[in-house]
Amino acid sequence: MNVPRLHGRIDAVVIGASAGGVEALSVVLPVLPAETPVAVMIVVHLPRDRPSLLVDIFSRKCAMTVREAEDKEPVEAGTVYFAPSNYHLLVDPGPQLALSVDDLVHHSRPSIDVLFESAAHVYRDRLLGVILTGANEDGAEGLAMVHDTGGITVVQEPRTAHSSQMVVAARSLRKPDYVMTLEEIADMLAHLRS
Amino acid sequence: MDAEIAGADGAREREFEIEFRLLIDAIYHMYHYDFRGYAPASLRRRLKAGLGKFNCDTLSQLQDRVLREPQVFASLLDYLTVQVSEMFRDPTYFRALREKVVPLLRTYPSLKIWVAGCSTGEEAYSIAILLQEEGLLARALIYATDINPHTLLKAETGVYDAVRIPGFTVNHRESGARTSLSDYYTAAYGRAVFNKSLRDHIVFSDHSLATDSVFAEVQLVSCRNVLIYFNRDLQNRALGLFRDSLCRQGFLGLGSKETLRFSSHEHEFDPFVPKERIYQKSKER
Repeated sequence: MNVPRLHGRIDAVVIGASAGGVEALSVVLPVLPAETPVAVMIVVHLPRDRPSLLVDIFSRKCAMTVREAEDKEPVEAGTVYFAPSNYHLLVDPGPQLALSVDDLVHHSRPSIDVLFESAAHVYRDRLLGVILTGANEDGAEGLAMVHDTGGITVVQEPRTAHSSQMVVAARSLRKPDYVMTLEEIADMLAHLRS
Repeated sequence: MDAEIAGADGAREREFEIEFRLLIDAIYHMYHYDFRGYAPASLRRRLKAGLGKFNCDTLSQLQDRVLREPQVFASLLDYLTVQVSEMFRDPTYFRALREKVVPLLRTYPSLKIWVAGCSTGEEAYSIAILLQEEGLLARALIYATDINPHTLLKAETGVYDAVRIPGFTVNHRESGARTSLSDYYTAAYGRAVFNKSLRDHIVFSDHSLATDSVFAEVQLVSCRNVLIYFNRDLQNRALGLFRDSLCRQGFLGLGSKETLRFSSHEHEFDPFVPKERIYQKSKER
């Protein structure tokens, strides 16, 4: 497919992944240049009883700044934010990051739906939502909200996903704008420079 | 943001936004609970989830019921404020209190501790047990405060579902426990009742970080996973109360992902156990 070019069209990217997510993100994130002009906020489902190692894993591989999200932190372009283990990650107006210990959503905290819905509310049509591999249905409603507020929606091509359940659930709620392989998603995000 | 709202769904979102503000104002004027300084994304999500529970299609309908039916407000308050916690949640925090803070607390002839936003009491009992183990409970008083009268009543009973006890026990052990958690409760009929000897050292009371003021001088404030629900202004207000309540070089413990970094009070506290978000009030103040 022709990878779409979104120069200047968006301010933020939200990504959700579960089973197989670290491998999938390892294809996408290292490709993004340091000066990527958007913020990237990511929820990966992980065990809740231990600290997340995502920042350690990805800060070595990535040109972009990679951080664990802190409560009330102003959102900065060129930065990748991971939700901490056992906290929901949300976006408040500002935009700034917010955390919560509210109930699990789809047995998950952090939940993809919670991030996507709050980000859609703040960024509206300036948001790109991406659902990658995963073995549950978290993220489907969140991606529908991104669609409904005018944002761009992308799901990973299900045949290329480690687990396709999450992608299939998201696709069944609203037709995504793009269905892409990880390499295509990486290529699109790497060319966001205006 | 308002200019960028797209389509019919956008219009519905915009109505929700207006109704959201009106409801928060209505609650404040009618019941004097001030949610105006709460972080909006979480509050909005809770209200959205609450609509179904109260059989309302819109927040305007919910507002109508909230204004006219005090019992609807009471259960909405549960919906908006209740935090499910655990005993010894984040055991490493309690281990740090035990190993780093308790040795300094020992130097005070009498101890006052404030657990702010105590919800159903798990943290207050955890601190009481920790002080008992360290031989400090006899001279300690714990103020456990919350804005929700339901949860305060529940906290005061010291009764928890027995299915939660195994989790509490694991946390307790990992906190560097010197005793067994089972020394502190009696289990019967699927419930665990914590000992009155702990409760005797805890005062549960109604206090709002948004509208009330300082009520005591304390050596330690523990306020975990409460400030994340506040916006920066309200966080600053709460941190100002903590600063004013703390004695010289008193301690402040926050949640594992909470930070003073974005607060106007950052320079009034020094990191004491940075990894566990335990701070000490700066000397010069």
